[in-house]
Amino acid sequence: MIHRLLIVNRGEIALRVVRAARELGMHSIVAHSEADADSLSVQLADQAVCIGPPQATRSYLNIEAILEAAKAVEADAVHPGYGFLSESPDFARAVTEAGLVFVGPEAAIIERMGDKAMARQTAIEAGVPVVPGSPSAVSDLDDALAVADSVGFPLLIKAAAGGGGRGIRVAANVEALREELPMAQTEARTAFGDDRVYLERFIERSRHIEVQILGDGERAIHLFERECSLQRRRQKVFEECPSPALDEPTREALCRSAVALAEHVDYFGAGTLEYLFDDTTGEFFFIEMNTRIQVEHPITEAVTGVDLVREMLRLACGERLRFTQQDIGRRGWAVEMRINAEDPERGFVPSPGQVQRLIWPSGPGIRIDSCLFDGHRMPPFYDSLVAKLIVWDESRDSALTRAGRALDEFTLEGFATTAGLHRRLVDDPEVRRGAMDTGFLERWLEAEPVATQSQSASVKEAL
Amino acid sequence: MSQQDIQAPFPGVFYRRQAPDQPVLVEEGQQVEADTVIGLIEVMKQFFEIKADAAGTVTAFKVEDETVVEAGELLATLEVE
Repeated sequence: MIHRLLIVNRGEIALRVVRAARELGMHSIVAHSEADADSLSVQLADQAVCIGPPQATRSYLNIEAILEAAKAVEADAVHPGYGFLSESPDFARAVTEAGLVFVGPEAAIIERMGDKAMARQTAIEAGVPVVPGSPSAVSDLDDALAVADSVGFPLLIKAAAGGGGRGIRVAANVEALREELPMAQTEARTAFGDDRVYLERFIERSRHIEVQILGDGERAIHLFERECSLQRRRQKVFEECPSPALDEPTREALCRSAVALAEHVDYFGAGTLEYLFDDTTGEFFFIEMNTRIQVEHPITEAVTGVDLVREMLRLACGERLRFTQQDIGRRGWAVEMRINAEDPERGFVPSPGQVQRLIWPSGPGIRIDSCLFDGHRMPPFYDSLVAKLIVWDESRDSALTRAGRALDEFTLEGFATTAGLHRRLVDDPEVRRGAMDTGFLERWLEAEPVATQSQSASVKEAL
Repeated sequence: MSQQDIQAPFPGVFYRRQAPDQPVLVEEGQQVEADTVIGLIEVMKQFFEIKADAAGTVTAFKVEDETVVEAGELLATLEVE
């Protein structure tokens, strides 16, 4: 049993965990930086403890300070939220070694699934499809041509030591591969001091679809999928549950594969498996796993009726999974709109400021997860996410219409936000048809530089 | 000769280096061109370059490296020829 839960995070997710803890009769304690001393999560928690200065490296990422605080407040468990230390095996290990419960999987699983090559290998072992490619680095052209024969074109040539989009070339056919391979190897040697390159199938337009799972260390279940294809600079902007792209057999196969992988590693806690989905072939490929609660978890909660954060805490208390797969149903459609303090009219420049006037949308099907309140001054040190607007309705179409209604009710003065962008998105004919891929939003923003009605003053005025 | 103030356009954390292991971008007393980057401000996990508006000499930094600054706070003074 957990009696005193230390929540090492900030913003809406800290408050989300406070709520789940309090509902389970736990004493909720929020660990916060000096900049967050008057935050809503601190105000609504049973207790709070300061862990250091505003800079995250000196507070939310400072393992030593966190463990000291945990001891001072006599916590018996730690919830890491998302971001910060939530996927740090060192942190999970340190918490456990200090004699506290870490709300999440054990360090070894975080380590294994956090390493891309190891996660891919684990997926292959569990029989989960991964993006087709060369099993190891290709040594020469003959080797590469053999891989191309089995994988097909177009191909990506990726430097083994590359990352974040660097060291990648595309080969459309055999001729291009002959030409590009030696160049890619030379480039990799010059740029990274390592000329090893891999080949991987290039999926030009894919969707981002992910599966929510819960595991108790022996058994795992899935809670269906979420689609998060609307992204800007690889950051999710808008998510929905379920995905409009899947037919029932594909959904079943996708979700089963996630359970197979989770059970293969004896997964414990809440986790998400991310996949690429190729619309044109109907194939899905595992890309990575997140061993924590995710920002967009509320849409799964809305559609399945399961409180994921509360289940995480129950599992951490040592309870077994309370559900069988048959218990998990799906009803209606949910969308989440991330409201960021960024100005879409000015290249999404961060827009910190003070909340002057705030009216939340409400009524049927609306949920707000946010730490904003009237008069709140947003610290400039952290992520720009200030609210999540989650909207549920019977069908996808009515959920999007309801989302538009909710955005019309929303008033926030004091700084610019991305709410206006969402207002336009929910009415977009392509979005309505569900015809999205991960490049959609960036193309859309480029093609439609129409002024988004800003929520309030420009950044300059807000400052 | 005139004195110009270089102010923080946003609240955030002010840095005088591109990375912790690198030398400062500009020393006190150093001659700079218009648009020379004299520091960075980190706001909501994004970095913005702070540039000199005109050619001149950076006479003094008014805040330390890695300090929290408010919008409009004086970062440095520039003597313009």
